[in-house]
Amino acid sequence: MKKFKIITAIVLVITSVVACEKILPGTPPVDELLDGPVEGLSFEQNRKFLAGDVAFNDEIFTSQNGLGSIFVATSCGSCHAGDGKGHPFTTLTRFGQTDSTGNQYLHLGGPQLQNRALPGYTPEQIPAGATFSKFTPPANTGLGFLELVSDADILAMADPNDGNGDGISGVPNYEYLPSFLSPFSNAIPRNGKYIHRFGKKAAAYNLLHQTVNAYNQDIGITSTFQPKDVYSGLNIDPEVSDQTIHNVVFYLQTLKVPVQRNQNDAEVIQGKNLFIQTGCESCHKQTLKTGTSPISSLSNKTFHPYTDLLLHDMGPALDDGYTEGSAKTSEWRTPPLWGLGLSPNSQGGQYFLLHDGRAKSIEEAILLHGGEGQQSKERFQQLSVQEKNRLIKFLKSL
Amino acid sequence: MRQSLFIFIALFISYTGIAQIDPVLLRKTEKDTSGLLLNMDAVYNRPFLQLGKLPVALGGYAEANYQYLQEDGITEGHQFQMRRLTLFVSSSISKRIKFLSEIEFEDGTKEINIEFASVDFEFSPLLNMRGGIVMNPIGAFNQNHDGPKWEFIDRPISSTQMLPATWSNVGFGVFGKKSTKDWVYAYEAYFTNGFDDKIIDNAANKTFLPASKENKDRFEESFNGSSLFTGKVAIRNRKIGELGLSYMGGIYNKYEEDGLVLDKKRKVNVYAIDFNTTLPKINTYINAEWAWVNVDVPETYTEQFGKNQQGGFIDFVQPVFKKPVFGFEKSVINAALRFEYADWNKGNFKSTGDNISDEVFSIVPAISWRPTAQTVIRLNYRYNWQKDILGNPPAKLAGIQFGVSTYF
Repeated sequence: MKKFKIITAIVLVITSVVACEKILPGTPPVDELLDGPVEGLSFEQNRKFLAGDVAFNDEIFTSQNGLGSIFVATSCGSCHAGDGKGHPFTTLTRFGQTDSTGNQYLHLGGPQLQNRALPGYTPEQIPAGATFSKFTPPANTGLGFLELVSDADILAMADPNDGNGDGISGVPNYEYLPSFLSPFSNAIPRNGKYIHRFGKKAAAYNLLHQTVNAYNQDIGITSTFQPKDVYSGLNIDPEVSDQTIHNVVFYLQTLKVPVQRNQNDAEVIQGKNLFIQTGCESCHKQTLKTGTSPISSLSNKTFHPYTDLLLHDMGPALDDGYTEGSAKTSEWRTPPLWGLGLSPNSQGGQYFLLHDGRAKSIEEAILLHGGEGQQSKERFQQLSVQEKNRLIKFLKSL
Repeated sequence: MRQSLFIFIALFISYTGIAQIDPVLLRKTEKDTSGLLLNMDAVYNRPFLQLGKLPVALGGYAEANYQYLQEDGITEGHQFQMRRLTLFVSSSISKRIKFLSEIEFEDGTKEINIEFASVDFEFSPLLNMRGGIVMNPIGAFNQNHDGPKWEFIDRPISSTQMLPATWSNVGFGVFGKKSTKDWVYAYEAYFTNGFDDKIIDNAANKTFLPASKENKDRFEESFNGSSLFTGKVAIRNRKIGELGLSYMGGIYNKYEEDGLVLDKKRKVNVYAIDFNTTLPKINTYINAEWAWVNVDVPETYTEQFGKNQQGGFIDFVQPVFKKPVFGFEKSVINAALRFEYADWNKGNFKSTGDNISDEVFSIVPAISWRPTAQTVIRLNYRYNWQKDILGNPPAKLAGIQFGVSTYF
């Protein structure tokens, strides 16, 4: 009888433990996560996505596999936790260029400072006389959609001479392509230069360009695309394979777009209307569309990134005296606002907004707008407390 | 090396084969009955069997388990694991000269390690010399880690992912014990080969002392020509329990090669305290260990690799049913609970002044059945909360583990 009781007790314990799904942590709601693939990838594409995911988030570089010798971070994931915005811990420092004539400090280690070094090595220093700016790593989500916005659509949003008189111009960043890149089939070049779209100054042409530069300038990893070692300045053997780079590019291209939360909430809807009324949407364009892509999940889609991918003069307070490509020192590419409300989940529970993370809240970021954003900022300041809260609630829902 | 191991295993199997044919030839080796036992005695406090007049005694243990774990909704499904097969060989070369070796196969044959292979010379109970591959006596777990002694399937996180248990090196040292009626005092001190610069340059992306275990050359040569000192003092009272204090430290980096200076000398220091006791009347067994790690990480290196770490665990084991079950006369069913914590990067970011996280907290309730003292069947439930370096919302991992571990 005793044996029976013991066996029954053990079986009951095991059964109850195994049967109760609540004891296993479930998947967080899809609208609370930034990572994950777009819907509709094929089996083959899923495999490629996973390979890129591992290379991006799990591959750690050490001195044995090419780290440095000077660097900023030890992996891609170090700067983009959960594919979200970065933290001041891995903020990048760029130096050396003050106008569209190019970076005059490339021979002295520009454009990016590698502020860390392997033991026994000395980190890079900003050369005397060079100006610099700090760039907080951006979120990765939805980049494949942004890559597929056509040049024609970008140019349609540009208003370099402020023809409509709204105080907002908006220009693309034109730059020559590095030799390893081929232009998009629908590219619209100007004087041999092409519209770039990624990065704080829109100085990266596409995600391959961005990935190759990040491996090289952030981690000190050479590739066949960029064989120059950041420490020695010499061309050396590739430290990451072409296949890995292509996998990472595919991963970035196929990350899903952030899912808006509470979009039917009355206050969120009112906040969205206020966002449009105050003129924010003049630059933070709500809706864009992709062109044709061999990845059907990305092809000819309408999406809502809240950016125009153009450069705007943000006024003297945000002018660091440094630039890239044809952008002026006070010009910054409109950052996408999608995923904004989830930023604290990747920034250690806080906000580090604007290009260098100087704004610790959404309101502070708005109030630091100047130049072409000055009018919208003033309209925001004139809103009641309740209206401001609703506008911010809308932004946090993105 | 592998050839030697296979020869050893073949001999081992042939001995045990003989034993199966005629078990009456087997006899148990004599145990230390000189007084209270400490964690340092664990290496000899194992079931060994000796065949007839053979000069060696044999033993070992095995651990196998099933687990189903899930992290934030993602699971790797049902996993069956052969975590360890460990073989011991001991020999009393003379009355006061002993040899003991321990060879461990982890995860099948993924890792094969000589964890212990030392000769002990006893000059007096207070002065023994030990030489060979020794277990560095840092904390308690590294000395006393045999699977069948624990009610938990996973080894403590702080002992294996912060401290490098099981951690052994080639070296020499001394140890001794002094026993009275209710007290026993002991010390150990060893100089061995030690760590290397992988502890701050590794794929774990954190200061990670276990990374040095990848350096198999440490059994042949010191990475930097500097020795690692490990020392421990322990005291046990029959009624109160055992308290151990230990230190391990030395230079970890390659600061010089071929007479050329490569870097300044950089130290790693580890401090640990351990305690275990059995509460009178209710017989609750409590076992705890806490450790601090301090590493001289270059200021110009990345904060990803912490200068300070701390962590530990506390286990509670409560016998709840001590009566014969299925004919096992000394059967015991235990309820157990473990709390554990490890912070791999204790400090603040230079850029913001905010706390650096990179930490894990875990709770593990367990039920174990010991049909005999040397065999345990375990059912564990694990729940981990792990934060990344930035302190973002924790990854939650939980699941069921079921397994068996037994000496043989």
